[in-house]
Amino acid sequence: MDEILQKIISALDEGEDEQISLLVRQALAIGFEPMTILENALVPAMTRVGEKFACGEYFLPNLIVSAEAMKQAMFVLEPVMRQRQQMLKRAGVAVIGTVQGDIHEIGKTLVGTMLSVNGFEVHDLGVDVTPEKFVSAVAETGANLLGLSALLTTTMTVQRDVIQKLEDAGIREQVKVIVGGAPVTRAWADEIGADGYAEDAIGAVEIARRLLDVEGII
Amino acid sequence: MSQKILSAIDPKLRVSVLSEDEIRRIHTATMDVLETIGVRFPSEKALNILEAHGAQVDRETMIAKIPGVIAEEHLSRAPSTYTLCGLEPDFDLPLDGSHSYLGTDGCGVEIIDAFTQEKRPSTKRDVSDVGRVADALPEIAFHWVPLSAQDCPVESRGLHELDAIWNVSGKHLQTESIVSEREMRFAVEMAALLAGGREALRRRPVLSIMQCTISPLCHDAGSLEAALVAAEAGLPVGFMTMASCASTGPATLAGNLVVGNVEVLSALVLLQMAYPGCPVYYAAAQTATDLRTGAYTGGGPADYLFGAATNLLADFYRLPLSMGAFATGAKQPDWQAGVDNSLSAFMAASTGADMLLGAGLLHGSRIFSYEELLMDSEIWNMLCATLRGIVVDDETLALEVIRQVGPGGHYLAHRHTLKHMRELWQPTLMDRRPYSVWEEKRDGAREWAREKAQKILREHPGRPLEDGLRSELMKIIALAEQLS
Repeated sequence: MDEILQKIISALDEGEDEQISLLVRQALAIGFEPMTILENALVPAMTRVGEKFACGEYFLPNLIVSAEAMKQAMFVLEPVMRQRQQMLKRAGVAVIGTVQGDIHEIGKTLVGTMLSVNGFEVHDLGVDVTPEKFVSAVAETGANLLGLSALLTTTMTVQRDVIQKLEDAGIREQVKVIVGGAPVTRAWADEIGADGYAEDAIGAVEIARRLLDVEGII
Repeated sequence: MSQKILSAIDPKLRVSVLSEDEIRRIHTATMDVLETIGVRFPSEKALNILEAHGAQVDRETMIAKIPGVIAEEHLSRAPSTYTLCGLEPDFDLPLDGSHSYLGTDGCGVEIIDAFTQEKRPSTKRDVSDVGRVADALPEIAFHWVPLSAQDCPVESRGLHELDAIWNVSGKHLQTESIVSEREMRFAVEMAALLAGGREALRRRPVLSIMQCTISPLCHDAGSLEAALVAAEAGLPVGFMTMASCASTGPATLAGNLVVGNVEVLSALVLLQMAYPGCPVYYAAAQTATDLRTGAYTGGGPADYLFGAATNLLADFYRLPLSMGAFATGAKQPDWQAGVDNSLSAFMAASTGADMLLGAGLLHGSRIFSYEELLMDSEIWNMLCATLRGIVVDDETLALEVIRQVGPGGHYLAHRHTLKHMRELWQPTLMDRRPYSVWEEKRDGAREWAREKAQKILREHPGRPLEDGLRSELMKIIALAEQLS
């Protein structure tokens, strides 16, 4: 294994996001193909971080900083790949956000980070997002996954409204809808006709992969 | 001391349940009882020592009245700090007033089998198995004899129990089950063999001794005479009062403290008269009698208060304390056991009790449960983290970090988080999983504790003694059996 790829692997493991950008640029400069950097360094490194998390050695913050580093590395790689007309294999396109009337952010952001590190193109609409905005974002991006976050019993009803609006717009079949947030239960997800529900970011990725039948990295 | 043992060190959090004036009143009442009521010492040997040092002895009732000034003078000779030694120095436990250590509980008579979950009478093999699991747990600093080796002859049972533990663990051993002069002599022989001779044993006591008083205000002849043998050999000796409110002690907590204090101090005074300067410690496990059954079960607010108050008394006399905590009447590792053991251990440790007893027993210290041992260890782990308190300095105030994250961001990805997150306490038995994950398996602390114990039993070989020492120990036991 080449030294520079090894360095990229450890930078990702330690979540050194500034350093990883430099290293990826260096690797490109000395002639590595973007796909080689991705498949021989970034993906296996991220998989290992996931494994360390699964066995209890790493905690959530480790996962996040590595995911951030992965994102930085992709910022460098993607333009080069586009230039060379190399297609990145996407797990899917995801639209996520916290529903109208609710400003809780962290959980939704974590889900976005975990989806993006697992190969999803993530469009994070932020917080306090109206049903209309969700629907138009799904239509515009051609998303096949929609994640709706609600942390209050008073706002979780908006999750139902969004699903209704998707039906009204005739694009419900295009997209799998997953819901989450502290008060959300499996029973609620079933009641409002969501496709899936998870209690944490790791669970959200698992359910997304299962619904869309795609493989992930961690 | 090595990192191999988890102890509470210099707790920042301190509980104070008695004022200086109240402690003094308890002391004065104690001296009054010692001097005017006295304590029964049903041993000629003990009475001779007491009389020779100025106690007023009635040979018929075997009650000795010890003048307060004499008691105080002899007590002042006891060392206030010393070290309990392991077979391996890594496991040494300095009783220096700034550490609290957890030991296993004793001495149970039944065990819930780790694999079959069947409850049955305990054997020597069980003593060894529990010793092996305790050896592997960093939370357990020293052993009590956790269970009675009921498949061994009565006259050498206490020796077989020592043998069982020394053959699997390098941690310090404190026995509470040797209560005759004869058996104690052989126990000292065994300890001296492992320490490398009698003088070496004096320098590195790998064994310490716990005796019980008989409340109210009595001692047992065997215990007294066994204690004298151990003290002569330089083994640390403690006497434990288990005075129980409303039956073997007054219903009121203060009065109960006085009765217990008289019992413990009278025995320690005897040992100081016989062997001035010998290492001794205060021990207590007072409780409140269950008013419906009359039983001593342990647990409840009286226990918690005694746990804190007794250490203030031991400190007043500058003696190390071994405190009965983790005592519960619960029949299973359940809510009751969790509440009792957390609160009693917290109260004892937050006053700086040197030794805490003990992990693993249920139903008033009768039934051993591996699950309970692991759960008690987790409680201790939590308490050690709690007692450390909060560090306030520039690094922990994290002002620069707060500035960088600002309103509305999060700290999950900050370097400061990565640097310090492992200082946050991590559970091994507390269930913090998503509900759906729990729902699938419906397992929890009990199952995990059992699995952990089973894993240790399958994989941890313990620290077996070399064959020579092993057979020498058995020779001493065989001799004890022949001579009985």
